[in-house]
Formats: sequence, structure tokens, C-alpha cells
Amino acid sequence: MSHSSPAVERVAQFEVTYTQYLDPEGQPRAPLPDFAQDAEELRRMYRAMVQTRAFDKKAVVLQRTGRMGTYAACLGQEAIGTAIGCALRAEDIFIPAYREYAAQLLRGVRMRDILLNWGGDERGMHYEGCAIRHDFPLSVPIGSHVPQAIGVAYALKLRREPRVVLASCGDGATSKGDVYEAISSAKVWNLPLVFLISNNQWAISLPRGRQTGAQTLAQKAFAGGLPGEQVDGNDVIATRAVLAAAIERARSGGGPSLIEAITYRLHDHTTADDARRYRNEAEVQEAWQRCPVKRLKQHLEARGLLSASDEAALQQEASAFADQAAEEFLATPPASPAAMFDHLYAQLPKQYEWQRQEALARGLKPGH
Amino acid sequence: MPELNLIEAVNLALRSEMQRDAGVLVLGEDVGRNGGVFRATVGLLDAFGEERVIDTPLAETLIAAMAIGLATQGFKPVAEIQFSGFTYPCIDQIVNHAARYRHRTRSRLSCPMVLRAPNGGGIHAPEHHSESVEATFAHIPGLRVVAPSTPARAYGLLLAAIRDPDPVIFLEPTRLYRLFKQAVEDNGEALPLDTAFVEREGQDLTLVSWGAMMQDARAAADRLAEEGISVELIDVATIKPLDMDTILASVAKTGRCVIVQESPRAGGWASEIAANIAEHGLLNLFAPVLRVSGYDTIMPLARHEALYIPDTERILAEVRKVFEFAPKA
Repeated sequence: MSHSSPAVERVAQFEVTYTQYLDPEGQPRAPLPDFAQDAEELRRMYRAMVQTRAFDKKAVVLQRTGRMGTYAACLGQEAIGTAIGCALRAEDIFIPAYREYAAQLLRGVRMRDILLNWGGDERGMHYEGCAIRHDFPLSVPIGSHVPQAIGVAYALKLRREPRVVLASCGDGATSKGDVYEAISSAKVWNLPLVFLISNNQWAISLPRGRQTGAQTLAQKAFAGGLPGEQVDGNDVIATRAVLAAAIERARSGGGPSLIEAITYRLHDHTTADDARRYRNEAEVQEAWQRCPVKRLKQHLEARGLLSASDEAALQQEASAFADQAAEEFLATPPASPAAMFDHLYAQLPKQYEWQRQEALARGLKPGH
Repeated sequence: MPELNLIEAVNLALRSEMQRDAGVLVLGEDVGRNGGVFRATVGLLDAFGEERVIDTPLAETLIAAMAIGLATQGFKPVAEIQFSGFTYPCIDQIVNHAARYRHRTRSRLSCPMVLRAPNGGGIHAPEHHSESVEATFAHIPGLRVVAPSTPARAYGLLLAAIRDPDPVIFLEPTRLYRLFKQAVEDNGEALPLDTAFVEREGQDLTLVSWGAMMQDARAAADRLAEEGISVELIDVATIKPLDMDTILASVAKTGRCVIVQESPRAGGWASEIAANIAEHGLLNLFAPVLRVSGYDTIMPLARHEALYIPDTERILAEVRKVFEFAPKA
């Protein structure tokens, strides 16, 4: 008996690329994109990263000294937020997770508001007086904000507006069905949408390798018919270049795509976490070698774009900026005791008015 | 004035509001070419095109999330979930996001969306097709939950739900979809939300229900009338926020109350109504407030669903207990 062999054809083929412009010492590995030829633009990006790091440090201090609630630090991930802030246009819509403070900073959110949110005040997500008020608030549940981007992008497309939606999440979120439902459907309507996965290697205590057996997270795009690629998320030049290309492709009708930015969470998950329980300190020390702020600093220094006195002035300015945000946060008096009712509905149904009155009366008593 | 059944009234409300407001969109599984599994959206694709009548992938979380995204951008999405048991994958989106965007952002973003689903059993369907989910959603702050019981109320309340600036869960009585017709005028006039309807005035007993159970409550009221018992029949209509003023005023007049729900007994909305009467109307009562309900069990499959769903006899049995109640001397 001879064995029959079926006719097998290759029907699809996929490849994941990884983009890097600067090596960990800030040395270019390839000719830089146009925006990185512009010294002022690079200094603006560096300033945002330094300010974000100073802000992050201040926020942790506020929590540690009992003046603010739990905070999720972005230490080591400043390049991704900065790249988002630079690659998006003002009219685009950013749907964040909760560690992209540099993006909020560059998009005109007052850092006081970020502290208010973590400090237990809903007004922190109101973005009062901010230039951009159409972005989504920080999203605490993991990944469930991502499929909402489908509706937002559909709305922009329906109105024929040349605007783009950027939805970000972490590596842990890619294990959730919500994110798959979004990836799976985005191409159906060829939406102006970019998914950004900040892969910081740790979802609280679970390392990236225990989230999924997939070789990359970028390849999850292929199942939905989207382009997917990796970028060095600690290389702000590469991250911005790759993001900008995806955003402009989406804007010009080229459809959705997905980017996995490789980074590392240098801090605990939040101030309520102690990563020493599950993470090897040597791994963290090694990750510091790839610090995104150091990398851009070394690059600027090598090009003669950042002197020692420039650096000292920037650090001083960033420190004052963070102090200012903290002072504004601490000086913000609590909202009215009725605040929990005042944005429950467009107009509070009369059925709940007595509860509002009771809360008001209780809130005005001493001790509240 | 055309005579319409309830599903035709839903269709008319959608068509009417889509005609009036270009921001109204319909989305869900099979809502386009197929016109919906119950035909609630039939004809809308041809009338308004595939950009506004959106056949979604088979993903309920996505449907709810997409509606949220559209709503935050100023559209008025009306999402359809095919059967009540399939609203559960939407709950994370509805509870954690739709009900909260206004609150979370201090009204910077809001969520004027409607999630429609058939509710309740009695159509001999497979598992997960017959659940009564109103109390599950009604527990959630920031939502409105509406359950019409006639074609005219389905039309008027759906218009109101679509126009409401906040999220509304709109639960349609599955077994009434084609049970009877009623004159429904396409006048574009919404009925009030947050308001119960006194469907029949009476002196001796307040009978309260909503959704499909209203039909059995009507039959019970007819039977009691033959016996000379005058029933005040109230259709709660908006489950949340609950119009207790109307119910309490009625109980103050009749002194007796029976509440009828199809859903499981414990933690159902009848309990909320009974608790409110105990808090605010106790001294008006001649007898305890009694509940008629489904059992605290899984909704059974077709062979036993008639045993589970309260019927006129079960309502009458509880009503008799109320009239037979004798306070301790």
C-alpha cells in the first residue's frame, strides 16, 4: 500500500519585525527619522521624559507619606507615553490604560488632575481647563476599555473626520477576551485605530512568559487581519516613528494596526505592591541598563545637544514642576458632599434626591 | 391608526427615531440583512444603510463596548442582544463603564446608549434564552432599566430611552412580542421614564407588575372583578429608578398589595418594592405585602417553564391570602 499525501498549500504567512533606532547607550543604529534631526524637537521629548520621571517620583512620595492613595508608577516607561504624546494630533483620541502619564502631560492634562484621581477625587478625570478634553480617562479595569475604541473609531469614520484613535493596554490585558474582540473586529470596518501594547514584562507578579505561549504579543494582530509589529519601547525615537507611521496610515484610510512596545516596569506594580516577593533584583538592575531616559540623554550628549548645565536646569525645572503639581493637588479642597450624586445621571432622578440631601447633611457635620 | 404587535411597535419606534435623528444607530448580531432574530430591526438596513444599521461580529462584549464608544462621541446607539441570557457578557461593560463614564469624568464624557434585549421565558427556547434579568441590572447605580408591557408603551418608552442622555437597559417581554395587537400611533411622542402607569384604577387591592407578567396580572384583575374585588393595576414600566410615589399612593388607598415578577424570588425587584412599602406605607396596610415570583432555581427548559413562570392561578392564590389575612387580636 502506498501512502497518499494530501495537497498542502501555504495560504498565509506572517512575520514580526522589531524596530530600534538607538541602542541602549544612545548610539544610532540607523539613519534617524526627520523629527529626530530637529534638535529642539528632541529636547522637547527629553524634557517631557524628565518631567514625567520627576512627577512619578513625587507621586510615589505623596503616597508613601500618606498624602495620596495607591499610585501606579510609570518608572521605565516614559518613552512610550512621550511617543504617544508626540505622534498623536490634538484632535485624535487617546484611550489609555493608566501608566502613560507622559502622554497626558504632552496632551495638556494638568498633572494635578492625575494626582487628584489617584488621590481619591473624581474631578481628576474631568480635565477642567485642559486643552484636550476628548481623551478617555485612565482605565482601572484591565483591557475592558480597548473594545470601546471600536465604537469611538467607528464614530470618527462615520463622520468622515480625519482623526485617529489610539487605544493602549499592557501585556496582561492581551490575555483578556475584550482585547481579542477588539483586535478581531477592527479590520471589519477598516477603522482609523491603532492598538498599542506596552509590554512591560510583568502583570503584577506574572511574567510575560506566563501570560501566553505566543512568541510575541504583536502577532496577535495577525489573527484579526491587522499588521502587527514590535518596537523598542525604551527607544523614544523608534517608538514615536513606528507609532506615527501607524497613526498616519490609519488617518489616510489604511486601516487599523497593532504595535507591541517592549519595555520594562522598573517600579512595583503599584505602591501597594512589593515586587521583591516575585522578581529577581538582578533582572531589575539589568533592565536599568536599558532605561529610556538615560538612552535619550546619552544620545543628546553625544550630539552636543545637551550640556551639563542644560541637564541641571532641566532637572531643576522638572522638580519644580512636580512640586507644583503636588501643591496644587494638596491645595484642592474636597468636592461637595453631594458630589457622588451630581454626575450619576444628566439630571438626578427625584427618587434619589433624599439620599443626596442626607449625604449633604452628613458631609457638613464635623468629622467629615 | 395601525394595529401593531409589540415587536412591530419596537420596529416602528426605531424607524421613527432614526428618521428623526441621524445620530441614532442600530447595532447587534443579525440586525441588518436578517432584521434581527425576532425581526425587531427588519427593514432598517434598506431604509438607513449599513453605516447606521450595523451587523456586528458575534461578540456581546464588543457590542456593548462599541455602543459605549459610539455614545461617548455623541451618537445614540441602540444595541440589540439576541436573548437575555446573553446580556451577561455585556455586564462588565455596562456596570464598569456605561454606567460610570459620566460619573468618572464629571460629565465630560457620557453614555447615551440603549441596550435592548428580550426578557423572560415562555417561548420554548433553549437554555439561556428565557432569563429575567431586570433586577441584575437594576441594582447598578447610574443605569435606567425599562420593561414595557404593551405595544404602545414599547413604542413610547423606547423613544424615551433613545432620547435619554444616560444608558438605558430596555427589556422587552419576549412572550408578548406577538401575543396581541394594539393601536399605536407613530406620533413621535415619548412616554415618561421613571414613571409607573396606573393601568386600571381600583379600591380593594394594588396589583403591581411589569413586562410579560403584566398580561397575567391583567387576567387576574379581570377574574377578581368578576368576584367583586376592585383591583388597582400598576405597570411599573421603569424598573429603575422606581416610581414608588405612584405605588405608595395606591397602597394608601387600597391597603393591600401583591407584586408579581417572573424572575427568581430572592433579591428580585418585588422585594425592593415590598421593602419600600414596609418603610413608607406600613400603617396603610390591612395585610402583609405578598410576592408572586419565579422560584429560586435555574430557569427550567421548555417542558417545565410553565411550572416556573407565575400564572393567573398563582397570582389569585396570593391575592386570596391577602384577603384572608386576619391580624392577631
